[in-house]
Amino acid sequence: MTENGVIAEHVTFTGDNGDQISAYAARPVGDGRFPGVVVVHHMPGWDDATKQIALKFAFYGYNAICPNLFNRFGEGSADDVAAVARAAGGKADDEFLGDARGAMDYLRALPTSNGKVGIIGFCSGGRQSYLAACKIPELNAAVDCWGGRVIATEDQLTEQQPVAPIDYTSEMEVPLLGIFGNEDSSPTPEDVDKTEEILKEAGKEYEFFRYDEAGHGFFAVDRPGYRPVQATEAWAEVFRFYEKHLA
Amino acid sequence: MCSWIVEKAEMRGVGKGSDGWFDLKQANVYFDHPFRAAMDHALIIDFVKDPDRPDGRVAVEIDAESAKRLVESINRALTTGEAAHILGDPAHAH
Repeated sequence: MTENGVIAEHVTFTGDNGDQISAYAARPVGDGRFPGVVVVHHMPGWDDATKQIALKFAFYGYNAICPNLFNRFGEGSADDVAAVARAAGGKADDEFLGDARGAMDYLRALPTSNGKVGIIGFCSGGRQSYLAACKIPELNAAVDCWGGRVIATEDQLTEQQPVAPIDYTSEMEVPLLGIFGNEDSSPTPEDVDKTEEILKEAGKEYEFFRYDEAGHGFFAVDRPGYRPVQATEAWAEVFRFYEKHLA
Repeated sequence: MCSWIVEKAEMRGVGKGSDGWFDLKQANVYFDHPFRAAMDHALIIDFVKDPDRPDGRVAVEIDAESAKRLVESINRALTTGEAAHILGDPAHAH
């Protein structure tokens, strides 16, 4: 926990294609050196819950940034913009990677950066975090929280998401932490088994934690799927993992 | 779900949002994580003025059973209405 409090504000950074991307940034007060975390929002968009996760990281001593990945779909309330993004087929993977690199660079450029940056994503953001672990080797750690469609069938691939992230696993150079509920339907426990098998075969550095009596999104305190015991244990694993790779 | 699957239906009619009535162009229908409803998954319908813009939207997030009841109600209303009115031609609907 930071002793001096945190500062949180809206900022912009340079994302994919040089576009200016809005973001919610939170950082500890003081002139120490802190690791950074890119917080990737879920499918319902750049919402309060995900911004509060950036605050949580700042509270525990991280410079955090939560980019508005739906920035280009228009301005408005998070739910209205997310509706446009969904109707358009969602965030394109290449554009996401450009924005994630920009967010990573933003964190490294902060005067209080210790030079290390991790990424964490939830739901569709978990899939994007896995993708980033494969495609952005300059990251120091990645956390995939119940990312669906890391494994995808041919008919699930789209113009925006043309390749299943699992197919990039051989390129992964970033340590990966996976958090999953055993009652989830996307990814299913079988999907998680298969992902782990492929990571193991490829000799990648990963840790998976899987929780009974927990489904999709069990960190979300404002949803019926919240599982306080499992969430508390899993959050502890996230901070232990980041302490190991980002300190 | 975490999918980007959206069923789209072209609309002719109007909807009423926070800024008043507007012409509808499309309805986007999906079963996935809601924004507001305290459910893990919901059947979501966005009636939109323009699918490329965030303004002009009437949204509902309902559970699966509600959605099934809604479908039945719509079908019943259409069946009843068909017997009493000429459907498909707004000029004759009254």
